[in-house]
Amino acid sequence: MASSLAACGSDSGGTPVLNWYINPDSGGQAEIASRCTEASDGAYRIEVAQLPRTSDGQREQLVRRLAAEDESIDIMSLDVVFAPELAQAGFLAPVPEDLGARVSEGVVAGSLESATWDDELVAIPFWANTQLLWYRKSVAEAAGLDMSQPVTWDQLIKAAQDQQKILSAQGRRSESLTVWLNALIESAGGHIIAENSTDPDKIKLGLDSDAGKRAAEVMHDVAVSGAVGPAFSTSSEDISASQFESADAGFMVNWPFVWAQAQTKVEAGTLDQSVPDDYGWALYPRVDADTPSAPPLGGINLGVSAFSRHADLAYDATECITSDENQTYYMNTNGNPASSAAVYDDPEVQKVYPMADTIRDSLAAAAPRPLTPYYSEVTGGIQREYHPPASVSDSTAQRADDLITAVLRGDQLL
Amino acid sequence: MLAGPAFVVMMLVTAYPILQAVWYSLFNYRLTDPENRSFVGLGNYLVILTDSLWWQAVAVTVLITVVTVVVELVLGFALALVMSKALQAIRPILRAAILIPYAVITVVSAFSWQFAFNITTGFVNSWLSWLPGIGADTDWFGGKWTSLLVICLAEIWKTTPFISLLLLAGLAQVPDVLQEAAQVDGATWWQRMWRVTIPNMKAAIMVALLFRSLDAFRIFDSIFVMTAGANGTESVSFLAYRQTISRVEIGMGSAVSVLLFLCVVLIAFSFIKGFKVDLSQARGEG
Repeated sequence: MASSLAACGSDSGGTPVLNWYINPDSGGQAEIASRCTEASDGAYRIEVAQLPRTSDGQREQLVRRLAAEDESIDIMSLDVVFAPELAQAGFLAPVPEDLGARVSEGVVAGSLESATWDDELVAIPFWANTQLLWYRKSVAEAAGLDMSQPVTWDQLIKAAQDQQKILSAQGRRSESLTVWLNALIESAGGHIIAENSTDPDKIKLGLDSDAGKRAAEVMHDVAVSGAVGPAFSTSSEDISASQFESADAGFMVNWPFVWAQAQTKVEAGTLDQSVPDDYGWALYPRVDADTPSAPPLGGINLGVSAFSRHADLAYDATECITSDENQTYYMNTNGNPASSAAVYDDPEVQKVYPMADTIRDSLAAAAPRPLTPYYSEVTGGIQREYHPPASVSDSTAQRADDLITAVLRGDQLL
Repeated sequence: MLAGPAFVVMMLVTAYPILQAVWYSLFNYRLTDPENRSFVGLGNYLVILTDSLWWQAVAVTVLITVVTVVVELVLGFALALVMSKALQAIRPILRAAILIPYAVITVVSAFSWQFAFNITTGFVNSWLSWLPGIGADTDWFGGKWTSLLVICLAEIWKTTPFISLLLLAGLAQVPDVLQEAAQVDGATWWQRMWRVTIPNMKAAIMVALLFRSLDAFRIFDSIFVMTAGANGTESVSFLAYRQTISRVEIGMGSAVSVLLFLCVVLIAFSFIKGFKVDLSQARGEG
């Protein structure tokens, strides 16, 4: 059984096959796979296999298969928070030094940081994502907000209340809640993890700090503002995006996919052109007026499995996959922003994404979520204590700090 | 003797994983950190049993089990009566119609219930808007009790057919002569139901209750799809999933699974001993 399975992914005399496990997209990674196969001139053939839709599901499948030393995985599309756990467990093949130097050139800082563990590059940055502040020009104007200047959460809450419009954010108990909290804490000058360590007993959390408390306060204020629309505690990125297309839309924090989504709907005739014409964008809102914001960072890095039989070829392939040309193609067709800063100068990208410069600026300021092998404990604890956002109070930070610390020490369930 | 090979196969596929789970539950063992595996004895059990999260999950699971099984028993019995009394001509269609929910995969049924009650995609709010307290903005998955209500409804809709089928088999076993004798003696419909039909069906009812209770106690899919455990709706199975699959803490997760297994054994044991359910009788061997 094992031998017949292994045979599927092997080079029985012919071209070596590299299996690339991708997160679901609109077909872009499959196209890049065939382009790189062609470019390799017979050195390898890349085949794609699809991972589950959610980030949690992707991690669960990869971790379990890698723990079983599955040889059929060569390249993996890893969410930006996965690398430390896989690297610490020894699941990632070491990045060749010269290649590491080449692929990290010109990459936005946050992406590079998320692909680094223990001062070493462990994954190859592919695409980078960041949240922007989206606003309806008409609403901001009516509220008298000068959007050419940075705005704060407090200003947004007040403007949405005054104009009786919706301020959309993600209050659902899922990864998006951690994304939001992390951006708030980082914007307030703090970190979710104050002192990092590879030993779970020695990790010190920074939730119960001045910045952490300020972040909790903003989260609570937004949730009880009365301006977040119904069902805030189950609101996801998709729900925010459709709220922002409605007549009650005012402001929203969300990933750039909302732009591509609105364009698609206009083309399909389900959305009036005047709606996206009213879209404005700016850097993520500030927590305090005088401190620049630290927007959320997302995206995908490429990992090469330590159990791959063609790790060297796989790394060659990642260099092809992450070339500026392919990142440009991917951004223009699939709406996923590049991790290479140079891509944003491409005239085609500038045309498809009028907000390309804002995305690049946002990526430069973005802060990754905590980089730790125990990420699932950290995000799980946060989701448990900070949900629903309307219940967040002065003591939430302390409770979350205690819970996650106890879970990391094995004294409590999650 | 003839059952010997089957017995061995059953042992291999059930006993082995159970014993392995018991063994793992004695260790502090993380899948991504196998080298630091250490023996902790009953430490994992101590952590679980002193954690309020475990007891909250047990309470939620027991509540869902009791509510769904009781409602399903009443509904299932009514459906069984309808099926047994229905005209010969429409009986197959009726049975098929009643069985459809049970044929739906749980995840699919959970998604359809979630979509129905969801504030953006759902139609329930507009259907029920004439009721006080329900409007376009009613967020069913925003609170513990409303979430549990929808979860219970989905479970009841889906598994009532199972109970009604078991009860239908029981109804068929009640001898017609007894019914006729009671009728001749002047017993009303209600008296015949209480004194003839139900006592003769006791074994079938108990088997239906037992199977459904065991099943309901392991509830996972509906909660996973509808709330993902938010607002205190986590069941015991969900807790085991989170420790084993999300956190890859094999030791802790195995301990939760073993405790879940013990709960299920306890339910089965108390049904069989407490209500004197004879499984062989239900199969018509008694």
